[in-house]
Amino acid sequence: MAKDFWAKHENLYYALTNKKVIFGLTIVAFVFLLAAFGPMIAQYEYDEYAGQGYLPPSSEHFFGTTIDGKDVFTRTVNGLRSTLLVGAIAGSIATLIGCIIGFVAGYYGGTIFDELLMMLTNIFVVMPQLALLIVIAAFLEVRGTFVMAVIVASTAWPWTARAVRSQTLSLKNQEYVSLSRISSISVGRILREDIASNMFSYVFMVFIQQFNGTMLATVQLEFLGLGPTKGISLGLVMQNAVNWNGIQLGMWWWAIIPGLILTILITALYFINTGLDAAFNPRLREM
Amino acid sequence: MGKYLRKKLIIYIITFILAVTINFIIPRMMPGDPIQSLLSRFSGMEGGREILQDQLTLLFNLDQPLWEQYLNFWKSVFTLDFGISIIQFPTPVIDIIKRAIVYDLAVLFPAIILSWIVGNKLGAYSGTDKKVDNASMPFFYFLASSPYFWMAGIVVFFFGVVIGWFPISGAYSSTASPAFTWNFIADFLHHWFLPFFTMFLVQLGGWAIGMRNMIMYEKSSNYSKYMETLGASKKLIRRYGFRNGVLPQVTGLALRIGRIVGGAITVQVVFNYPGLGRMMLDAVQNQDYFLMQGVFLTIVTMVLAANFIVDIVYMFIDPRVRLSFTEEV
Repeated sequence: MAKDFWAKHENLYYALTNKKVIFGLTIVAFVFLLAAFGPMIAQYEYDEYAGQGYLPPSSEHFFGTTIDGKDVFTRTVNGLRSTLLVGAIAGSIATLIGCIIGFVAGYYGGTIFDELLMMLTNIFVVMPQLALLIVIAAFLEVRGTFVMAVIVASTAWPWTARAVRSQTLSLKNQEYVSLSRISSISVGRILREDIASNMFSYVFMVFIQQFNGTMLATVQLEFLGLGPTKGISLGLVMQNAVNWNGIQLGMWWWAIIPGLILTILITALYFINTGLDAAFNPRLREM
Repeated sequence: MGKYLRKKLIIYIITFILAVTINFIIPRMMPGDPIQSLLSRFSGMEGGREILQDQLTLLFNLDQPLWEQYLNFWKSVFTLDFGISIIQFPTPVIDIIKRAIVYDLAVLFPAIILSWIVGNKLGAYSGTDKKVDNASMPFFYFLASSPYFWMAGIVVFFFGVVIGWFPISGAYSSTASPAFTWNFIADFLHHWFLPFFTMFLVQLGGWAIGMRNMIMYEKSSNYSKYMETLGASKKLIRRYGFRNGVLPQVTGLALRIGRIVGGAITVQVVFNYPGLGRMMLDAVQNQDYFLMQGVFLTIVTMVLAANFIVDIVYMFIDPRVRLSFTEEV
């Protein structure tokens, strides 16, 4: 029974037995659990006076306290939750837009339609992302989680569109696609069943990379004070630390730990991606 | 050559038009009344009333039809008239930009070039040596995963606070005044180093990973295997692989400049470094929309110019590009 399952899902087997994937998944699971359950463990509210300020990490305050006596652990886990949520939604939207444009442009490769879509994509590729985001975010006085995600996603999709397009170009002349085409199956179904389904693992890896990129963009905006207008976020924790001269005062737990968690998460996701690459790509698998 | 450059140029021109249009549309689309808030901000300043009048006619002209407003907006772009800054009243925005852009170029240009060169070299080594690879790759991934401002925080903490070798704020000491003297230049470089080093470090990871993957790919190609059977040294194979692998890295440079410039904005905030990014954030926080729009347009133009330079360089190092560009499916 189990053997049948693994025989059918060979890719999954190779993925889950890859050392890099296991290592990465462990860390990612840990960070996700921290974001999910951390706010419950925390004994304080993120904005509440939790005790003496300027305390280094201890068993009482896991990540120490800020200069005005707020608990850094509480702030970090709450902020982590917000940043992960924005990053995940934005990453999903960006992957979706990128895939749709990539599939369509690739399928109609060489036509004027493809040229136009690629021109649009290339314009967004050269547009400096953060500067554009600053301008948009600066004029929006109220920014919720979803609005944030849409803002971030709107500039994140272009490279996905390009990558998916080139993959589609290489798939669309396969015989089974031609067969579908001469059987007068609709374009939507061909894209869905013949092309998208064969690129599932690729799209999954694209999503991980998008997630990485959108989290970085989100946290940068938050750091500039242009994150969600309500609540706390990872970038905001570090913005406070910098504004209050936390680094100069040597309060590394305030300025560095929140970012360290995010950086470790993103590194772990990179590891998963390289591991998956090796697992899905038989040529690399033998090495 | 003609078609390749023409195609790129069209993209850049459209991007520029789009950026100007964004500048034009966004204040008009936003909820609230920008004119009212401007009125209240200028009202206390000397000569504010007249300047405000000029600004408003120039940038809004709300009584004219939309297309005429748009045309006037373009006129102001070409005459580099971005209006008057509110924070540094009454300095024209263009003067502030001119002053700030020096700091951006001083940090970004060396950081991009050096990290590209060093990153490619390091990546090539780890691509050919399994031991080096295992030891260095996690480190490079970690660098590439760091948010720029966070890396700036670490760099400040270690080199500025713990060891205390470098100043951590500003572009030069508050006691110094800009002049072409050795003292000032030394002081400037002293302040310049940490922002530069931060930008250098974060990018280094990305370039090393990219080149390492390229070398791995080249190593599995037939020409490398053939060289190996001929008994060519590792070093020689690496050198050939490098020359092939470097081409996508140049294209990657063009793709990443936008991100790098974005990262520089946050780094300047940490170091309180008076470049365009710092100016932009000041403008946003003080709702100085003229300054913000001016800086935005400048950054877009800078990125487009850098992209164009990379395109030209690429054409010189890879003549195939013309063919590949016209024959692409």
